[in-house]
Amino acid sequence: MISGQDFMPLWISLKTALTATFITFFLGIAAARWMFKYQGKFKTLLDGLFILPLVLPPTVVGFCLLLIFGKNGPIGSLLHAMGTTIIFSWTATVVAATVVAFPLMYQAARAAFEQIEPNLEDAARTLGATEWTVFWKITVPLAWPGIAAGTVLAFARSLGEFGATLMLAGNIPGKTQTIPIAIYFAVEGGQSEKAMFWVFIVMVISFTSLYLLNLWKKTGNKK
Amino acid sequence: MGLYIDIIKKLAGFRLQVKLSCEQDIIGVLGASGAGKSMLLKCIAGLITPDEGKIILNGRTFFDSAQKINLPPKDRRTGFLFQNYALFPHMTIAENIAFSLSDLSKSAKNKRVAELMERFRLTDLADMEKRYPAQISGGQQQRVALARAMAVEPEILLLDEPFSALDDTLRIHMMKEMLAYLKEFQGCTLYITHNIEEAYRLCNRIAIINNGSLEAFGLKRDLFQTPVSFATAKITGCKNISPAIQKSSHTLEVPDWGGIQVKTKMNIESGKGFVGIRANHIKLADDSTQENCFSVWIADESEAPFRTTLFLKIGSKPCRLDDYHLQWEVSHDQRNAIRQLTQPIRIYMPPGQVFFVQN
Repeated sequence: MISGQDFMPLWISLKTALTATFITFFLGIAAARWMFKYQGKFKTLLDGLFILPLVLPPTVVGFCLLLIFGKNGPIGSLLHAMGTTIIFSWTATVVAATVVAFPLMYQAARAAFEQIEPNLEDAARTLGATEWTVFWKITVPLAWPGIAAGTVLAFARSLGEFGATLMLAGNIPGKTQTIPIAIYFAVEGGQSEKAMFWVFIVMVISFTSLYLLNLWKKTGNKK
Repeated sequence: MGLYIDIIKKLAGFRLQVKLSCEQDIIGVLGASGAGKSMLLKCIAGLITPDEGKIILNGRTFFDSAQKINLPPKDRRTGFLFQNYALFPHMTIAENIAFSLSDLSKSAKNKRVAELMERFRLTDLADMEKRYPAQISGGQQQRVALARAMAVEPEILLLDEPFSALDDTLRIHMMKEMLAYLKEFQGCTLYITHNIEEAYRLCNRIAIINNGSLEAFGLKRDLFQTPVSFATAKITGCKNISPAIQKSSHTLEVPDWGGIQVKTKMNIESGKGFVGIRANHIKLADDSTQENCFSVWIADESEAPFRTTLFLKIGSKPCRLDDYHLQWEVSHDQRNAIRQLTQPIRIYMPPGQVFFVQN
């Protein structure tokens, strides 16, 4: 069975998840850092907005993304004017995965930043460090365990993204068909062996990444 | 030369307003928790921006709201010693000390770190520079923090309760060591504490901060001898202070102390204020003196390792343990001697030790 298997969903899923994790890594840290410093009156509101994709049904996220990226949406109309669209393209799988993975990265990074003793950053400042140096030499290294955990969770979440992806990117084999979507259509088409195969693959990848994270945490703590 | 501060910083429900200028000296900043002591240091270091005012150190303007000058902390070169040292836990001792030396070449950096480790007695362990902060003792951590702060060659040292994390034995030892470094240091030192004894031992001058404002500033002896205000007396550890009404130029009536009349050597100018005497300045009366002697009963006592505090009620028998007017600190020998006497006993308040403050 494996020899005749079409591996495209695996590559698409991995490519999508890795790209989305990469984007969400920087976006999440930047947003967390900014929110950590921001003391304005919209703090609670913004925090809620950033977390929202985590609690909304994926179909709602997908619908909102369709509105934003559709021909008449704020970004969609801009893209349309440039003669392009991301709907039903591979980019759409990345957008959907990034949006749903973002809250996990954001939350983990923010919790990690908040745990750092503020005196440490202040000490670095009095020792002549620029804000940039403080961030990269003190904040990030100290927040690293939390950031790493957030990254792994974001990766696992983007790998498993289904609802929003289906709505925004559709099910185009070889283009936008990720593993979760392949599973759904396999089951629907009565190909339960094929579905079983993909279920197994997803479980292996997700479990391995979590296992590696825990292993790394354990050795890290010994120091 | 020296430090000049004149700043205002408003926060919700709190206002820090301090005006102070000093030459090269060791200055203790004394005040209760939450009085704004740490905030004052952070304003000097540039970690908190005041709302208005000026901060000038040795002719360099750190902050001036009128001229819109606000140097970032990295350009101020202040040696800040944090309460729990704030050593970077992910860096070795050598990396911690070298943190501010990133501009130097590798060999120059190593040389400088070795010098600092030598000077701050961080050489007792062979692999000290490779250790992490969690792997060394509290006293060593403080030395590392001091070495790290000194690496920037600061013009001012800002010490934020540096001994609060140490146990008693180590505290006395580190205090002696610190005093030696501070005497060597060419510049101002501001030393924050709420411990009266620490401030007195380490500093020449003391600034008293109460509720965000500077209550008093002066030589420590003057400040402890003749407090200038009620808050100063309280913060410098005076246990006996009570509202008083002037009767003559040297006599005061104290309603809350059973209405007694107390004589002081001080010249009293205004009609109302507070009278005070330190718990250890009260004496047992002998038969020859009559003035400022009072009959007291002991309401309660609290024994410390070397001293005992007696809680006294003037004029009549106390009815409860907390029914007292004065606190009297005596040695254990004195306490035993007092035990032989029948109550009421006669105490004497030397007029030279009785002080009067207006506010």
